[in-house]
Formats: sequence, C-alpha cells, structure tokens
Amino acid sequence: MAEAAAPAATDRLGPRIVVPAIIFSVLIAFPVMADLANASWLMTLATRMMIFAIAVVSLDLILGYGAMVSFGHAAFVGIGAYAVGILASHGMNDAALSFPVAIVAAALFAAVTGAICLRTRGVYFIMITLAFGQMAFFTATSLSAYGGDDGLTLWTRNTLFGTGLFADRLIFYYVVLAVLLAAYLICRSIVGSRFGRVLRGCKENERRMIAMGADPFRFRLVAYVIAGMIAGVSGALLANHAEFVSPAYMTWQRSGEFIIMAVLGGIGTLHGAILGAAAFLALEEILSHWTIHWRMIFGPLLILIVYFAPGGLSALLRSIGRND
Amino acid sequence: MTDPVLSIRNLSKAFGALVVTDDLSLDIMPGECHAIIGPNGAGKTTLIGQLSGELTPDGGHVLFKGADITDTAAHERPHLGLARSFQITNVLPGFSVLENVALAVQIHRGGNSRMIGRAAVETELNEAAMEALIRVGLAERAGTIASTLAHGEKRALELAMALALAPSVLLLDEPMAGTGHEETARMVALLKDLAGERTLVLVEHDMQAVFALADRITVLVGGRAIATDTPDAIRANADVRAAYLGEDAA
Ligand SMILES: Nc1ncnc2c1ncn2[C@@H]1O[C@H](COP(=O)(O)OP(=O)(O)OP(=O)(O)O)[C@@H](O)[C@H]1O
Ligand SMILES: [Mg+2]
Repeated sequence: MAEAAAPAATDRLGPRIVVPAIIFSVLIAFPVMADLANASWLMTLATRMMIFAIAVVSLDLILGYGAMVSFGHAAFVGIGAYAVGILASHGMNDAALSFPVAIVAAALFAAVTGAICLRTRGVYFIMITLAFGQMAFFTATSLSAYGGDDGLTLWTRNTLFGTGLFADRLIFYYVVLAVLLAAYLICRSIVGSRFGRVLRGCKENERRMIAMGADPFRFRLVAYVIAGMIAGVSGALLANHAEFVSPAYMTWQRSGEFIIMAVLGGIGTLHGAILGAAAFLALEEILSHWTIHWRMIFGPLLILIVYFAPGGLSALLRSIGRND
Repeated sequence: MTDPVLSIRNLSKAFGALVVTDDLSLDIMPGECHAIIGPNGAGKTTLIGQLSGELTPDGGHVLFKGADITDTAAHERPHLGLARSFQITNVLPGFSVLENVALAVQIHRGGNSRMIGRAAVETELNEAAMEALIRVGLAERAGTIASTLAHGEKRALELAMALALAPSVLLLDEPMAGTGHEETARMVALLKDLAGERTLVLVEHDMQAVFALADRITVLVGGRAIATDTPDAIRANADVRAAYLGEDAA
C-alpha cells in the first residue's frame, strides 16, 4: 500500500459510502433478524440505540467538523423530551405539534447559549456548555408541576395526525430509523457543502479563514443550532420510547456519554456516531447483566478501545477494509 | 493628483512598553508596488496585522478607498478588496492544495451558507482555483494535502490563496521568506506580473527582490518610517544606509 501517494478522493469515497450503507442495511433488516432469533426484546434496545445515535450524529457535526466540544449536548435532548412531556400533560398529544415545538425549543436554547459559548475557546467552551447544560438540568428538576426530580410519565405515546402509529413497536422502530437516516443525510449534506467547507476550514485554521473573509462565529453558531435541533428531535423520540421524561436525560454524565460515543465511533465521520452509540449501549447492556460492578470494567474498557483504535470503530472498520 | 487607495494616518500600537508602530503615516497609491523594509522587529508584520484588521491599533486611522476601516472587522476587509498573505505559512493543513484555494474563491464569491451540493466538485470554484494555482506554478500539486508540501510550495500556496480573493490591494508579508534561489526568482517574476494589475504592499528582506519590484520603498525602523522614496533615492539615502542597508551589506 503506497502511503506516500496522495490518498485520492476516490480512495476515501469507498468506505464512506460502503460502511454507512452496511449500517443502514443492518438496521433495516434488524427487526426481521430479531424476530427470527426469537429475541424481539432486542428491538427495544435497538430503538434506544438509534435514538441515542441521532443525538450523537448531531454532536459529531459540531465536534468532528467544527471542533466544538459541547459538554451540554444532553440539554437539547432533555428539552426535546420535556416539550413532548409538558404538551402531553396538557392533553396536547400529537407529534405534529410536539415535535415541531421540541425542535423550536431546542433551537432557541442553542441559539441563545451558543451565542455566548462560542465567544470562548477550548476548555472555556467546554466549561460554559457544561454550565448551560447544568442550568437546563436544574431547571427541569425545579419544574414541580411537571414532576420535578421524579420526572413525568406519559400515559400514552404521541399520536401522529390522530393515528396511533407510534404505539406499534415495529412502526416506531422504523420511524426512529427514518429520523436517524434523515439526520445522517442532512449532516452528510452539510459537511460536504459550501457551508460545511467553511466550517471545516475554521476547524483547520481559524486565523486564515478570517483573513480570507469568513466569520467563524456565524458558521459555528448555525451549525450549533442545527445540531441542537436534531438532538431535540432525538429527545422527543426518547420521551415517546420511554413514555417517560426525566431530568436524568440532561445530566452532565449523559453529555459525557455522548462525547464518549462519538469518540468511540470515530469523530468526523458521522456514521461513526451510530457505531459508537450502538457499541456503548451494547457494552453497557452486556456488562450490567454480568456484574453490578460493570462500571469498573466499562471505563477502562473504553479507554483501551480508544487507545488501541485511535479514530474509533469507524477507523478500525476502514483499516480492515483496506487490508483485504 | 490621484487619491491614495490605502492611507495610514498616525497609526500607533504598543505591546506593553514596546512601541511597534510609532505615529506612522503612509499613503499607498493605486497601482503601485510599495515595499516596506526594515530590520527584524521593526514592526512590519504588526503593521500588516493592523491593516488587515487582525490587530487593533491603539490610535490612528486606516483609510481604504477613502473610507475609514479602522473599526472594520478583519473578516470584512477581504470583501472590500484588501487581502493579505502571511510571513509564516498559514494554510489549511488538512485540506488539499486545490481545496485551500477553492475555499478562498468560494468565500470571495459568496453563497457560503449553501448546505446542499458537494462543494468539492463545483467546477466553477475549482477552475478559478486552478487558474490561481497555475499562476503560482502549483497546478501539478493540486491534489496534494497541504501539510505535506515542501516549504517553497507552501509559500506559493500562501500566495495563491490570497490571489484567489481577487483583492485590489494585496498585502504580502515576506512572500519569499525561506525560499531557495530558483523559487525566489520565480516569485519575483510572478510578483512583477501581479504588480501590473493591482496594488501591492510588499514586506520583504530580500533587497534584490525589493529593488527589482518596488515603485516606492518605505524604510521602517522602530515603528517609524524613516524614509519613503523611490528605490534610487532610498539607495542613496545616508540615514537608510546607516540604519539598515549598511548592516545588510555587511
Ligand atoms: N503579540 C505580540 N506580543 C508582544 N510583542 C510582540 C507581539 N507581536 C510582535 N511583538 C514584538 O513586536 C516587535 C515587532 O514585531 P514584528 O513581527 O512586527 O516585526 P517585523 O518587522 O515583522 O520583524 P521580522 O522582520 O522579524 O518579521 C518585535 O519586537 C516583536 O517581538
Ligand atoms: Mg515580520
């Protein structure tokens, strides 16, 4: 393998299309496989994985392509979930209303907090996103009308234009999959577009981008808001999936887990986010069944994976593909 | 008499106690190649920084095409027609050579909020970028990742990126810094070519290049312009010889 030669665009395009195509094929076929294996309980886990994957894909948009290490990403998920929960508690139970509200609420929160966070760099950015995330968390715990600390139970999943589609486990699985695919395609389109090229340029060399006439702040803020909106949708789905909404959705630990999922899958790839979320939740599931001290194994295991597979699971897959 | 295209009025800047721009006034005339020379630490790069908006002056004004741009943001100035290159190569290391320049073309032409369609395959951007690369002699390296270029090639890319912004006034901070003989000769020929079509402000240590290119030369010492004149007059100026050229010849 010639390393010195410039890796031509075609060389990179291969795995870029093949791996995501495999991932989504597996996800499409998964319910059938789970059914054949008589393990339909896996459907619940897979749905949860995809919901998390939506949030992590959106995180990868700003983390992997914009170098914005947001430590408050769970707040957007929580806001999306609470939009569904609060509306439902007032009898407004249709997704045609609650999902747009979830998206707008997350967008507003992202626009206001992003405009402040993005004035800072590096560690300060991480700390301020964390602080805003915690603010959202404590606000949720203080919403006594909506369950406070205990959270809020949804008596039923959202209807969709009056139909009970979300109540069907299989249909809901495919709804989540469709949203994940849409989130992936939207982000894929963005990173390759003119906008995305400016965003990536600002990650490469901010000073040069300014000298060329681009205002990094503007592009980062727009990306941040888009990521927040997508994460908000993930939260709205999570509320429906769990039929429950809780401040636990927006803890800083959850934000940290999102970052770990992104890194585990390989940042700056988008499909890595899906792999990372799936691997994280699968490991969590397996280890927690095995021993109650699973966190003691989980942490070091994650470190080992990241250490031995820098670039994450997607890089691992790519190198396997290359060796063939 | 024509008006200056770029006018520096009583500009001053200090880093702590160190005065790097000392009540400097200077007019750059349209179409001229104006060289700024001076010993290391004279404040040349700091001056370019203030003209490009990256550094905020402590006092004074910068006028561009008659308008006061002292408070204009750095990222707005290239759109007015004022662009710079960097003394220390400052490209997008992970981008290909072509994408470095194509991105400059894109930013210049606008449509930067478009989120649909792959920018990398847009022929109008890539063609304009190729033109700039051909001009600086880097066309064959278009597909190379910028970080892997040789030093001289990076200098050429640096210039191509500034050129792609189609500025009417180009601020060049030591374009030949660290390049070999052959590359310097090629750069001089290229800059000579450029000088015919736009205003150049050229900071450069290579005296041969400066005297070959400049219409006028300003000698900067300790943040002050000790002389601004034609190359011949500068060569004959005793103060300049003492302050600068003498050292250089030794
Ligand atoms: N950000 C800064 N903070 C403090 N001092 C600085 C800063 N930037 C430059 N200086 C100092 O200001 C002085 C002028 O620097 P400048 O880079 O403008 O010089 P120059 O004329 O471009 O020199 P050279 O020929 O070496 O490129 C130098 O003494 C330098 O050390
Ligand atoms: Mg300098």
